[in-house]
Amino acid sequence: MIVSASLLATAVVLCAVGGILMLTRPLTRILLGAVILGNGINLLVLSSTGRAGAAPLLYGVSLSRVTDPLPQAIALTAIVITLATTAFLLAMAYRSHQITGTDEVHDDLEDRRIVLRAEVLGERAQLREQFRSGAEPTAEERERYREERRRLRDRLRADRARQARGRDASGNLWNDVLGADPEDYARDGDAKADDRYPRDRGADG
Amino acid sequence: MNALVPLPVLLPLCATGLSLAFGTRLGRFQRFISVAVLSAVLALSVILMIAADRHGPLSVHLGDFAPPLGITLVADRLSGLMLTVSSAVTLCVLVYSLGQGMTDRDKETPLAVFHPAYLILVAGVSCTFLAGDLVNLYVGFEIMLVASFVLLTLGGTGPRMRAGSTYVIISLFSSMLFLTAIAMTYAATGTANFAQLAGRLADLPIGVQTLIQALLLTVFAIKAAVFPLAAWLPDSYPTAPAPVTAVFAGLLTKVGVYCMLRTETLLFPGNRLGDLLMAIALASMVIGILGAVAQTDLKRLLSFTLISHIGYMVFGIGLATREAYGGAIVYVAHHITVQTTLFLVAGLIERRGGTTELTRLGGLARAAPMLAVLFFVPAMNLAGIPPLSGFIGKLGLMRAGVADGGGWAWLLVAGSAATSLLTLYVVAKVWNLAFWRAAPPGQAAAGTVLESGDDSDDDADAGPDRIRGTGDEGITPAHRPAGQAAGATLHGRAVITTSRLPRPMVAATAATIGIGLAFTVFADPLTAFTDRTAAELLQRTPYVQEVLGR
Repeated sequence: MIVSASLLATAVVLCAVGGILMLTRPLTRILLGAVILGNGINLLVLSSTGRAGAAPLLYGVSLSRVTDPLPQAIALTAIVITLATTAFLLAMAYRSHQITGTDEVHDDLEDRRIVLRAEVLGERAQLREQFRSGAEPTAEERERYREERRRLRDRLRADRARQARGRDASGNLWNDVLGADPEDYARDGDAKADDRYPRDRGADG
Repeated sequence: MNALVPLPVLLPLCATGLSLAFGTRLGRFQRFISVAVLSAVLALSVILMIAADRHGPLSVHLGDFAPPLGITLVADRLSGLMLTVSSAVTLCVLVYSLGQGMTDRDKETPLAVFHPAYLILVAGVSCTFLAGDLVNLYVGFEIMLVASFVLLTLGGTGPRMRAGSTYVIISLFSSMLFLTAIAMTYAATGTANFAQLAGRLADLPIGVQTLIQALLLTVFAIKAAVFPLAAWLPDSYPTAPAPVTAVFAGLLTKVGVYCMLRTETLLFPGNRLGDLLMAIALASMVIGILGAVAQTDLKRLLSFTLISHIGYMVFGIGLATREAYGGAIVYVAHHITVQTTLFLVAGLIERRGGTTELTRLGGLARAAPMLAVLFFVPAMNLAGIPPLSGFIGKLGLMRAGVADGGGWAWLLVAGSAATSLLTLYVVAKVWNLAFWRAAPPGQAAAGTVLESGDDSDDDADAGPDRIRGTGDEGITPAHRPAGQAAGATLHGRAVITTSRLPRPMVAATAATIGIGLAFTVFADPLTAFTDRTAAELLQRTPYVQEVLGR
């Protein structure tokens, strides 16, 4: 079977680009990756035809010289399916943006909680080790130690707030669409956000 | 008789159209259509299974195009059995979801998209089971997947969007791989029809054969959630509504297993990658169940047992003897029903206890004895306690492993025994935490609580839906504090706990348990049937002759 090298090369490049885009976090980029990858693979399907022949029409062309129409049919099916999935992904990216203010795919909550907890606990243990091993700590050192511990605790809290934000929309459409400041979400501060965007209140109530 | 073959795909698709056309205004009509069509599909599947068993495979070339060009649908014993089990289970789950929808008073905001999407899912599943060529298999997969995207993200809440994006991206990627495999197969052989491929693949160089086989196996392993490719499953399933999770867990992974069975027997006989499959099966079993041991959320825990038990079926496929295929097919049928049942029960538990987090549940055995029974039977079934169907499947597989006698086979027999013990440990843990111990303080207060209906179920106006929150009446899902269960209702609303479980939901769950028990009662005909199925799969000629012959 004779295969067009340019077709194959294009397919390979498209697949590579699409694959890399699909490894990123924002859903819109993943969407673009899926589209490009899909096109690359459609070319791959087309290239399984072999040498190009005459158009596969019913009359006026000798049947032995026509291009194999089956891969074209497969590719058409695949294009239609990719279209549907693309539409769905796009809707999903939009909805995700509405809810969290960004269309990035977050880590699994459980994974992130485990990682962060381990990190914070490790750092705290190290800190305590340093603090204990030294001689009689001065007041300044004690103060710094407390400061550090407070910082670690804040990190855990901030993460919890972020998780809470990931779980639910704030309920304020204006903020959800335009993306209010993260602090507004973190402080569970719908009231505060309403002060900022007073025109939204009527729609909400 | 052959004309009946396309109907399990066509009927749900037509019903989807009707459902979309009338559904928004006539909710009752929509429900009636769904139930009627799924019952019809069940009846058809039984007829097809019996016909395929008596007279050999049935096939249809749509539009009367000859094999390489047209779409071929084939119903043999394996397809018939899978269709029957799947349509029985989908019917039960539909009744369950109807019960849930009625109880949640979905009338005000009818979820018009649930029924059409569910019907399309059924059509897609039927299409994959009946597909007689790779392209149609791909199309069936896609129909199923697009419907499952919609079902998984119903309501569009935050957690569901996140879970859905993982699922969608993984599915999309595996579809791309599948398409690549189809392109390669077509380039190498000039056909995508199973029956023709069965003849032509054997002539290819061994390397090309193995490449195509490995690619197809990867695709199906992603769908079936076999261990190294299963990380998406516990991530995405638990957030969906209970009936949706149940039908996904029961069916979608088993569709992947079915495709493995079909391609390994029909296209790649001789079991070249048997050792690899067995190694994967062992890893899947052991790592899956260890994951389940570590979980404290019931739905996540069940998702991990699902991954673990897929390993049993892959074990059977890897052994590739007649007994092993027979055992694997019994196990598929058993596992579809038992896993669906367990997720349905998890939905009931969430409804009763307000959460599926095991650390916050307790005392359910006293509070809801019926629920305890509903959980106990399928849980023991999953662990493989003797008279139940899980035992029959495991026994068949282990006997096949011992008969094979190879090193891997013995290792797998030991591994599967250890896995069933650990499964028993896991379900015992759930039983102890959720049912047996005393209720932890403040259990019922969590979440919004539906006041137990003072038998006023029928007056829709007042209804039992008055929400007794934790003081704040105006609690809406959007302002719910984080950490509460993310909604078992179809809309993704707050969990509503009831002291009395809705009757249709209990009845549907009991019906799936009944199917599981029927496997035990009719164990002899069932194993005889699966043995004949395995023989037919290994023989290959009936299938090929039916499609190409005449």
